[in-house]
Amino acid sequence: MKKDLLGIGDLTDDEIYLILDTAEAMREIGQRPIKKVPTLRGKTVVNLFFEPSTRTRTSFEIAEKRLSADTLNIAVAASSVLKGETLADTAMNIEAMAPDMIVLRHASSGACHLLARICKSRIINAGDGMHEHPTQALLDAFTIREHKNRIAGLKVTVVGDLLHSRVLRSNVLLLTKLGAEVWLSGPPTLVPPGIERMGVRVSTSVDEAVTGADVIMMLRIQQERMQGAFFPSVREYFTVFGMTADRVRRAKPDVIIMHPGPMNRGVEIASDVADGPYSVILEQVANGVAVRMAVLYLLAGGVEEDEAAA
Amino acid sequence: MPIVMDADRMARTLTRIAHEIVERNRGMEEVALVGVRTRGVPIARRLAHAISEISGQAMSTGALDITLYRDDLMRHAVGPQPLVRRTEVPFSIDDKRILLVDDVLYTGRTIRAALDALIDFGRPQSIQLVVLVDRGHRELPIKADYVGKNLPTSMRESVQVRLIEIDGRDEVEIREA
Repeated sequence: MKKDLLGIGDLTDDEIYLILDTAEAMREIGQRPIKKVPTLRGKTVVNLFFEPSTRTRTSFEIAEKRLSADTLNIAVAASSVLKGETLADTAMNIEAMAPDMIVLRHASSGACHLLARICKSRIINAGDGMHEHPTQALLDAFTIREHKNRIAGLKVTVVGDLLHSRVLRSNVLLLTKLGAEVWLSGPPTLVPPGIERMGVRVSTSVDEAVTGADVIMMLRIQQERMQGAFFPSVREYFTVFGMTADRVRRAKPDVIIMHPGPMNRGVEIASDVADGPYSVILEQVANGVAVRMAVLYLLAGGVEEDEAAA
Repeated sequence: MPIVMDADRMARTLTRIAHEIVERNRGMEEVALVGVRTRGVPIARRLAHAISEISGQAMSTGALDITLYRDDLMRHAVGPQPLVRRTEVPFSIDDKRILLVDDVLYTGRTIRAALDALIDFGRPQSIQLVVLVDRGHRELPIKADYVGKNLPTSMRESVQVRLIEIDGRDEVEIREA
């Protein structure tokens, strides 16, 4: 493994499979009466979150605790960022206390790359702006592989706010790398221009995009990132792009429905679909802990030769 | 390099250990076998089969991966992390007499890790250690209860156990490292 996990783009196929296979072993630890192994004893992990997050932060924290690391949570509201400190200064101050790893969530794309350059600590990207969210894509791939036993050759349809989604970018990179056929659908105003160059098919018709799909992945409408009028109303969005039971019927009979959370019921997904038999949304959350344990464990090892020399 | 145990000898050794286990434990109801990955696992299965033949009692077996419990894991983190494989102990070990099975007993550090891993699953009534080969050079106060073969070695040598299930043939070889 390299020093940091900044994005799916930096990982080789072998590294992706190594993370997924290691996560298989890690999952068993969560099923024991004593859900803890001594592996990262004495390691300090700082969870540095500049954006609100419940699921991802909790997931990382549980993963760190199950591996016996000492964890420290720094949330933006309680930090000196409000007093005018820059990201680099905040990072250097944390670095001075010699943590082994920093898990970073930041609203600016590339924030993790900045930290990776100035910090000796290993950096794990827990979501940077509209760029990447690698551990989410890894846990999605883990969940897909668990249900379908493969990723290559599957039709995976992603529907929703494609423009603001770092989950989308990481997932497209990972799924196309491993040979899935990826379809995207969403309002034209929320489709990033030139996204086809990432090797995906784009359709403004959800019905076309989900036909014959093995996996349907819904993305949240990120109203907090929207400063313009991207679609007329939530009600209209649901009518045209919302995942309803009728639309699910166009997919394969054994389709799985995924959502990275948090869900907006009645906006991008109907409640009966979210809670229905095809939904693996809560499994994704459970698998997230195992995948993050795998990443923490693998990053705690030595740095590759050429990387260390650089 | 010399083959110190061939397939025939290995089969007879395991049968002998199975008899010793049955004799010493007087009743196999609360006994279960747990193999240490990789090669302890097939050995544990073979012993379970042999014990069932002798006692008429079906035996439970499990598999333990000790990677996450190793004492050298984070000390000299220069290379990539060792591969973690799955631990499978599909039964409660509480109040059971556990037979911990490995292929080679050397420094004792693997067994130390295995004991820690096992105790995270519950509180067995006792743990006994079964090894196919004891090659000496202990670094921890650990001793096997059942030994297939005591093999005097130098620390420059390595002992390779091969099993049909993994390596396609049964044998034990000593080689100069």
